[in-house]
Amino acid sequence: MISVGHYLAVSAVLFTLGVLGIFINRKNIIVILMAIELILLAVNINLVAFSAALGDLVGQVFSMFVLTVAAGEAAIGLAILVIYFRGRGTIAVDDANRMKG
Amino acid sequence: MTADLALIWPELILTIGGLITLMIGTFTSDRQVGLYQVASLVTLSAATAAVVALFGTDTTVFSGTLSVDSFGGFAKLLIYAASFMCILIAPRFFKDGMRAEYPVLILFAALGMGIMASARDLMTLYVGLELNSLAAYVLASFMRTDERSSEAGLKYFVLGALASGMLLYGISLLYGFTGTTDFAGIAKVMSGEMNIGLIFGIVFVIAGLGFKISAVPFHMWTPDVYEGAPTPVTTFFATAPKVAAMALMTRVVIDAMGPAVGTWQQIIIFLALASIILGAVGAIGQKNIKRLLAYSSINNVGYMLIGLAAGTQQGVEAILTYLLVYVVTTLGSFLIVMQLRDDQGNQVESIPALAGYSQRRPGLAAALAVFLFSLAGIPPLFGFWPKLLVFWAAVDANLVPLAVAGIVASVIGAYYYIAIIKTMYFDEKSDTEFPKGTGTVVEDAVITASALWLSVIGYLFIGVLAALSASAAAVLF
Repeated sequence: MISVGHYLAVSAVLFTLGVLGIFINRKNIIVILMAIELILLAVNINLVAFSAALGDLVGQVFSMFVLTVAAGEAAIGLAILVIYFRGRGTIAVDDANRMKG
Repeated sequence: MTADLALIWPELILTIGGLITLMIGTFTSDRQVGLYQVASLVTLSAATAAVVALFGTDTTVFSGTLSVDSFGGFAKLLIYAASFMCILIAPRFFKDGMRAEYPVLILFAALGMGIMASARDLMTLYVGLELNSLAAYVLASFMRTDERSSEAGLKYFVLGALASGMLLYGISLLYGFTGTTDFAGIAKVMSGEMNIGLIFGIVFVIAGLGFKISAVPFHMWTPDVYEGAPTPVTTFFATAPKVAAMALMTRVVIDAMGPAVGTWQQIIIFLALASIILGAVGAIGQKNIKRLLAYSSINNVGYMLIGLAAGTQQGVEAILTYLLVYVVTTLGSFLIVMQLRDDQGNQVESIPALAGYSQRRPGLAAALAVFLFSLAGIPPLFGFWPKLLVFWAAVDANLVPLAVAGIVASVIGAYYYIAIIKTMYFDEKSDTEFPKGTGTVVEDAVITASALWLSVIGYLFIGVLAALSASAAAVLF
């Protein structure tokens, strides 16, 4: 029998992978966008699992909001990436250094 | 439901006004800056009037997901006023004239911030926060052809998305372990036994919100974004979203997590101390005035968090007063930064170029000196008053070591503010000319008024401020 604990474990692993994907990845900004999606989907697994376990619909409604906002976020991220690429001709993470820090 | 609509007039006005401005921008040419600028300013004024009219009501709408109260009203007044100024000053900055997207994005960001300030459910919290963030990412990269602007947008986007991911993960844990997304319901569960899931939820939510107010250790985006974003946008980032995020954090911490004070107090104290110290130390040696003001905002957020760490009504009153004075001071300083242009009309951001500024533009230099001294909290300037209130609240809440550490760090912080004033007043004149005629009458009037208000006149308003912030803070207790 698969319990909430199992879902939470999967979601925690996905969340950690997403966060590591942002921090360890030094190559490509597209990969960062994918890592962000991974984080949001980990949250969705959490919300739906809790919603099913609690017998409460709010979690599933919440996950719909998260999906919608994630779509908007991805669109804006890609748009910013496009103008960045136009100006710089590269999307390597290490090249984002016009300002120190 | 229809009765609820009458209570969210500010949000309705901003939504409709934003859409109308968008239509005007779509169907007229980009040259007609005046038209959509006026439309957006009228929208913001109308929304402000609606907030004023609703001031004093204390109720919830839409099944308790959104509150209409004076705490949110106070925050919204500051947010709308700051947004108003940011639209007003923008057209002179953008050489190709302000594109219509700018006021539209500011309006939608203001709408999101208004929802943040009055959210009392994790769902409205998230929607408001994202509405503000998504508009902010675009605003940061608004100057499409400028490499620094697009880099600022990219960095803000990546770190902002990470922060909202962390916030969401915390929200999902809070929901799972309390079974509700309602602040009051969460507080009810938290007054019982705490478990590890709730603690993780609290930590993640505070981390996500800490990013939005740029508290250390979630501040790494701030200097880069402030430097890279166009100056009117930086002005916006430094004022309105700070108010909204601080109000949201206060409401979440006091309203939803109030009973779990033992858990969050240590986190907030850590954030406060780290922000104050890193804000003060990091600013030393900065050569770019926008980067320096970024560190200054990190530092000031730390002081506001001291008031939050106190967790009392007195502390929340201090935060609200602090926010008001902070917004006035920051707006004033950025208005002057906007006017730093050399004889070719290019923006000057370097601090060494300011040498001898007091001889070239004595009025502006004096006003900047007032703002910087006020940010440093040096009496008798009015910036001293909210700092005093914050420390007072901390001492009354038995957090004496925190207050002492804050006072010591504010001495370190005073160093770099005074260093700029020394550059302006006592250094050899630099080669950069600062020709006159860079500001409109309105800008000069706002600078003069805020400098005067901060120098001594502000103290006349202490009574009004105290009454306002007390009535706003009382809502949470």
